[in-house]
Amino acid sequence: MQDLKLLANDNRGLSQLEAGFDLLGWDEVTQGSVLPSFEGDASNIANLKAEERTYSGYNSYTATVASWRVIKPVFNRDICIDCQNCWVWCPDSSILSRDKQMLGIDYDHCKGCEVCVEVCPTNPKSLLMFNEHADLEESLASWPEKKKKEKKSEEA
Amino acid sequence: MAITSIKNLKEFSTNNDRFEGAHTLCPGCAHSMIVRELMNCTNDNLVVSANTGCLEVSTAVYPFTSWDTSWIHIGFENAATAVTGAEVMHKVRKKKGTLKDNDAPVKFVAFGGDGSTFDIGFQWLSGAMERGHDFTYICLDNENYANTGGQRSSATPIGATTSTSVAGTHSYGKKEKKKDIVSIMAAHGAPYVAQLAPNKWKSMAKGFQKALETEGPCFINTVSPCCTEWKFDPKDTIGITDLSTDSLMFPIYEILDGHELNILYRPKNIITVEEYMSAQGRYKHLFKPQYRHIIEEVQKEVDNNWAMLQRREEARV
Ligand SMILES: Cc1ncc(C[n+]2csc(CCOP(=O)(O)OP(=O)(O)O)c2C)c(N)n1
Ligand code: SF4
Ligand code: SF4
Ligand code: SF4
Ligand SMILES: [Mg+2]
Repeated sequence: MQDLKLLANDNRGLSQLEAGFDLLGWDEVTQGSVLPSFEGDASNIANLKAEERTYSGYNSYTATVASWRVIKPVFNRDICIDCQNCWVWCPDSSILSRDKQMLGIDYDHCKGCEVCVEVCPTNPKSLLMFNEHADLEESLASWPEKKKKEKKSEEA
Repeated sequence: MAITSIKNLKEFSTNNDRFEGAHTLCPGCAHSMIVRELMNCTNDNLVVSANTGCLEVSTAVYPFTSWDTSWIHIGFENAATAVTGAEVMHKVRKKKGTLKDNDAPVKFVAFGGDGSTFDIGFQWLSGAMERGHDFTYICLDNENYANTGGQRSSATPIGATTSTSVAGTHSYGKKEKKKDIVSIMAAHGAPYVAQLAPNKWKSMAKGFQKALETEGPCFINTVSPCCTEWKFDPKDTIGITDLSTDSLMFPIYEILDGHELNILYRPKNIITVEEYMSAQGRYKHLFKPQYRHIIEEVQKEVDNNWAMLQRREEARV
């Protein structure tokens, strides 16, 4: 198993969206206030991976929506063919792909929509939904076998 | 411009996302699939405007932003106005040499919902297209005012139930047909106009890159299935998009310089409008005997439109 913490910036998913911030209310902020989304120079962001960036506490990368989930996708590396379907269609930027390889799921930002499971083409699927509190090893141990292709009936 | 490789998905996936998670769009929302794809198409600096709507309220939840790029929020009417103002300022400052980095390539993009694009920001969009700014306008077409509870817009198709065109014993839902925004934008003489869909990721990425590279005003209507208002399971967003393109409810095509039409996707097996509609709660009532004629009516429209698009493509005029 990959240690996905390696791909995370230190401050990923630290704050709850709903958390009371030690900040002025949105209607108290004065004109011209700046809430920078990165610390320091941000001109090269397009060329940096998340783990190389210096996100500020005002970037939603540092927030989490994990509490939205009741079910979660679990990734099985052994079956994955790195097609990147899950990467392109995940609406929450939560598929961690590096160097053309799918490495796992960013559980701080995944909302459990199941789109990735639907678009995964392998047999059996390399991503399946489990209860949010399911154990990772147990989930992997319970992975289904390859499904035989259903024979199409002769008659239309 | 620094376009990124879209040769295949593996190469595309080496891009570093500039649209961050922990926005508050619904699970399975297609808006963010489309935005991610646009932002992964280029490494250039982007100036993005988004007017009020699901995308805007969900990606700038105080004190957070999900945009790793310059981003302007503006009133409902003015996605096009704001970004074209920025475009002019950039041009002038570039000429004067007063930018921090005068050579950095910058692209200007506006995102609007169908409510703002087809209805409330229509006049301002038309003005921006006519003035000929160098920008790309992307409409996230979910066929309703989703952010305020699913009211009908002029993008809502006939027969859909919405909170202001409610289907019931005396009504089959919306009475009017969808406005043909793609033709209207092409009629402005814009150099690049297209209708694209997120399930066809490659033609969408190609279209986005073409629009970003093209000088002048470009317009792209994107199909953005909304699980909340179209009433389907969030996991099916891409499946529903497949049905939308394969039933030709949303044909995928581009129009160059106002007239040269190219069809970008020809479904191998065209499915019926009925199949597309039966997968969504917003059309459920049409399957009652008294409203079934609406499905037939829509099918006829879709057939005629597809025939017309093919004739226009063939004619090369
Ligand atoms: C001038 C004006 N009228 C009405 C509103 C209220 N309003 C905010 S978002 C919205 C709906 C947006 O619909 P659409 O543009 O289709 O975007 P979607 O939320 O569907 O993505 C409305 C009506 C407003 N903000 N400004
Ligand atoms: S469940 Fe949805 S949000 Fe989570 S990784 Fe899959 S596609 Fe992304
Ligand atoms: S869709 Fe499935 S096979 Fe493709 S990269 Fe994702 S997990 Fe792997
Ligand atoms: S209501 Fe529809 S468009 Fe708005 S966030 Fe939810 S799914 Fe997306
Ligand atoms: Mg809308």
